[in-house]
Amino acid sequence: MNDTLSNHTPSSIVCIQGGTVIDPGHVNGRADVLIQDGRIVEVGYPLKHSIEQDDSVTILDASGWIVAPGLVDLHCHLREPGFEYKETIQTGSDSAVAGGFTSICAMPNTKPVNDNAAITQFMLTKGQEAGKARVFPIGAITKNSDGEELANIGELVGAGCVAISDDGRPVMNSLVMRRALEYAKAFGVPVVDHCEDLHLTDGGCMNEGVVSTELGMPGIPDASEEVMVARNLALADLTGVCVHLAHLSTARSVELVRHAKAQGLPVSAEVCPHHFSITEEAVRGYKANAKMNPPLRTDEDMQALRQGLVDGTIDVIATDHAPHALQEKQLEFDTAPFGIVGFETALPLTLRLVDDGVLSMEQALDKLTRAPAQLFHLPVGSLAPGSLADMVIFDAKEEWVVDPEQFQSKSRNTPFGGMTVKGKVKMTLVEGRLVYDAR
Amino acid sequence: MGWKRKDLLTIAELSIEEIELILTTAESLKEVGGRDIKKVPALRGKTVVNLFFEPSTRTRTSFELAAKRLSADVINFSPSTSSVVKGETLLDTARNIESMQADIIVLRHSSPGAAEHLSRFVQSSVINAGDGWHEHPTQALLDVYTIKEKKKEIQGLTIVIVGDVAHSRVARSNIVALTKLGAEVRVVAPPTMLPLYVERLGAKVYYQFEDALNGVDVIMMLRLQRERLGQALLPSIREYAKLFCLTSERLRLAKPDTIVMHPGPLNRGIEISPAVADSPAAVILDQVTNGVSVRMALMYLLSGAA
Ligand SMILES: [Zn+2]
Repeated sequence: MNDTLSNHTPSSIVCIQGGTVIDPGHVNGRADVLIQDGRIVEVGYPLKHSIEQDDSVTILDASGWIVAPGLVDLHCHLREPGFEYKETIQTGSDSAVAGGFTSICAMPNTKPVNDNAAITQFMLTKGQEAGKARVFPIGAITKNSDGEELANIGELVGAGCVAISDDGRPVMNSLVMRRALEYAKAFGVPVVDHCEDLHLTDGGCMNEGVVSTELGMPGIPDASEEVMVARNLALADLTGVCVHLAHLSTARSVELVRHAKAQGLPVSAEVCPHHFSITEEAVRGYKANAKMNPPLRTDEDMQALRQGLVDGTIDVIATDHAPHALQEKQLEFDTAPFGIVGFETALPLTLRLVDDGVLSMEQALDKLTRAPAQLFHLPVGSLAPGSLADMVIFDAKEEWVVDPEQFQSKSRNTPFGGMTVKGKVKMTLVEGRLVYDAR
Repeated sequence: MGWKRKDLLTIAELSIEEIELILTTAESLKEVGGRDIKKVPALRGKTVVNLFFEPSTRTRTSFELAAKRLSADVINFSPSTSSVVKGETLLDTARNIESMQADIIVLRHSSPGAAEHLSRFVQSSVINAGDGWHEHPTQALLDVYTIKEKKKEIQGLTIVIVGDVAHSRVARSNIVALTKLGAEVRVVAPPTMLPLYVERLGAKVYYQFEDALNGVDVIMMLRLQRERLGQALLPSIREYAKLFCLTSERLRLAKPDTIVMHPGPLNRGIEISPAVADSPAAVILDQVTNGVSVRMALMYLLSGAA
């Protein structure tokens, strides 16, 4: 077969040439990508389709760069509605595509909480207006995320929520969590839990350990996460419904999930780049930009999280992008809010795992593309013919220094400012459209 | 050696030489307190601001007296913490104060690291007068001064710190200071009141008061804060007093010449019996006196008067 693509809609044909395509599980090698009307037509070298070399075809030169499905983030906080001074859906999507993300799942801890169809629709509309990454809202588990009555989960899913979670205000009542899992079964949406026993946390604001003792800072023990991981595993077993465990941070959490998966329990898990990149040592000097929840843990935890990625215990990498305004992060450490800007450093931090020999490039990209899309049943994360042409094109070798002032996000809170990293996003495409261009 | 620091934020950051310099400076300034006119002109024209976000009459008064004996102008500023969100106003308040040309800001705040945080934003020298559970360096310095006064050398002493170490900045600063100077430091408390990995700070851990007293030269009592009840740290004050009150009987388990210290204010009958508090072993009032000298020494060094 050697079709010539018709160019009666000339601007809709895009050809990405000269790059190395990594479509996890499918393609890994030198290939060109042909796109028409926002969808992948062919990936190969040489292309079987011929294209007419005229100015109606957009040629993108990706020589020396990697071409992959657009990154998919299952966990971010876009702050709109309610906290537009931290981030808006517009600035959040700008930040996402600058980091190579083309699909982002927004947590419901907005003001008001995304516990009803009106908020969900608002977020979807704002996402479309922003015209950058695809925004997939996550609905609340309970009304106002108060942890008491179930939110109208059917209504939320009907309006377009792809998962439900009370992230930020975890469901403490185990009966409510059980009912949420059971109820969600009817709609086939994943239930995401931020695993934290708030009684054990008791106002803690960093990992409880040697450093918290030296700094005189109230600590968050490992157990605060682990008892809830264990609870959720028991509930997954009881209900037969998959629990997705957000941002695991401790070695024992990884071990618990590994054991549960070996027993065939329905469970999936994510890890954030900061948790596999730095430790509690980053907090010294009371650096509020290193304050996040779950907190940065120890080197031993970091190694265990990396191992969890290697053996598949941890399914995906998610950013937990959580922007906060400068004046908030300038408060005293214990008063400052938890969270860091995640989109724009996630890819280079993940590529460090490749450099460190922990993951292959294909495995690393899998955790950021195919795997998350599959977990939340999103119609993205692949470059197979017919797929939406959402893509990231990056130079895996280019070194750069993280400068928060250059972030597309409205906020600047990151502990990685000044760090030299490797791997720079050159272009991001959504449905064949160039939404970020840093060539 | 000379003094080079802009601020005094922690004991942890001080070298042994710097601690010695503060102590010898305090020694030479101590005689001012014995004069008829208890003043020297060292800080004339300088302004010291006591910025206390937590109430503490004792510590504030000690700093105030120290500054006045050095002829500094003193402003006491105690923002009402009840009306504002905790921490909301630290930077703004401090900037306002700095614009009054404060040379030294003495900060007491409930947040660990507050003094370090503040020091990054103001030109004034910052003295940490207590930051949350973290450090209270001038308390440790006056304690070290007092111990040296009574025992000559810190090196080789065995010192036990008794009580709620987990929530005590006094304990943290003292563990760091005393181990740095060569003492053996023990901590004894219900395990709920000891922080994780306290032994990594250099302390030996005990749970039974009697065991911890064997062979000690110095007993340092911590104040029991009643708000700790209700946090599942203690069953009752009564049980705490039964197990951890320093009584005359328990005092006899230590060395015969042991001294008893307490940062004040005392809960008589809870952590310390009146008989012990008023016994010759107690050096609690010496601590108060020495506090003024040590704080004078610090302000003197920080103001560049040295
Ligand atoms: Zn969370």
